[in-house]
Amino acid sequence: MSDLTPPVSSADHAEGPPDAPVTLVEYGDFQCPHCGHAFPIVHALQKAMGNRMRFVFRHFPLTQAHPDAEPAAEMAEAAGTKGKFWPMHTMLFTHQNALDLDHLAGYAGKLGLDAAWAGDAVAKHEFLDKVKRDFKSGVRSGVNGTPTFFINGMRYDGAYEYEAMLQAVEAAAAD
Amino acid sequence: MAADPNASSIFPAGTRAPDFTLPSGLGTTVSLKQYRGTPVILAFYPADWSPVCGDELALFNEVLDEFKEHDAQLIGISVDGIFCHMAFAEARKLRFPLLADFEPKGAVSTLYDSYRKDVGYSKRTLFVIDDQGLIAWSYLSPEGSNPGADGILKALDSLKNGAAK
Repeated sequence: MSDLTPPVSSADHAEGPPDAPVTLVEYGDFQCPHCGHAFPIVHALQKAMGNRMRFVFRHFPLTQAHPDAEPAAEMAEAAGTKGKFWPMHTMLFTHQNALDLDHLAGYAGKLGLDAAWAGDAVAKHEFLDKVKRDFKSGVRSGVNGTPTFFINGMRYDGAYEYEAMLQAVEAAAAD
Repeated sequence: MAADPNASSIFPAGTRAPDFTLPSGLGTTVSLKQYRGTPVILAFYPADWSPVCGDELALFNEVLDEFKEHDAQLIGISVDGIFCHMAFAEARKLRFPLLADFEPKGAVSTLYDSYRKDVGYSKRTLFVIDDQGLIAWSYLSPEGSNPGADGILKALDSLKNGAAK
């Protein structure tokens, strides 16, 4: 009950080389405090692993618990169409307490995007399909909360702490 | 995670699901047999008010639309009383019934081999019951582990594929 479905593809947002020996996938929610906790840890892992790790982020907004999570995910997708997915990802995780639509549009503006266009795209749910696809794939992959990580396609059930995760990705790289 | 996918099952597929009637709110009750004709997902769980982000019911609440695509009805059952359930459902915006296995305590959970008498609450178990009232799939989660919804969806898929044949 824990294999990544579908596997990582060009439809995903990825940082790092496609042929890296380790691919770390996170199913996350921009309003989830645990995901916020994991954010700097993932960054540190990326730094430590360098070109040996590719990081992929898929959306898993818990919309009933976190009402701003889905619009935030839509904003990340909107930014992604302009090549700014990762800067927006950072922006959202570093402003988890202000994710209402006005703030979201403001973040787009800060990243040099057209704030009015981005806010409008989110309000009209132009990128909701992609977010929903990610969510459904997460459910099928056995995501049971946020964040859920997959290392080379297998669900990682260990702690969301740096040492534990580094050990796990190093082990996967050595396989 | 068990290597044998059937190792965690509780009842063999095809077992008739025991009928029951439990309170669902103030003066209202729900019986299993009223759902005959549609698949039912029974989710026994230890207690209301577990932490949100990793919470099984919060996840199921999000996946409800997919369950509905299979015409399946989700029902949560724990030994909490109706007032506790009502407050919990409202706070978490749960969109499915929570039944109170409160008096006699744990009786229905016991019927489904889902009760821990030593601690006085239900185990974390899942049952997918077909439209004829037969158990198609069951699963006991390891202690402290949220099972996710993929097992339920696979069981519902098999029901649909079976019906199509």
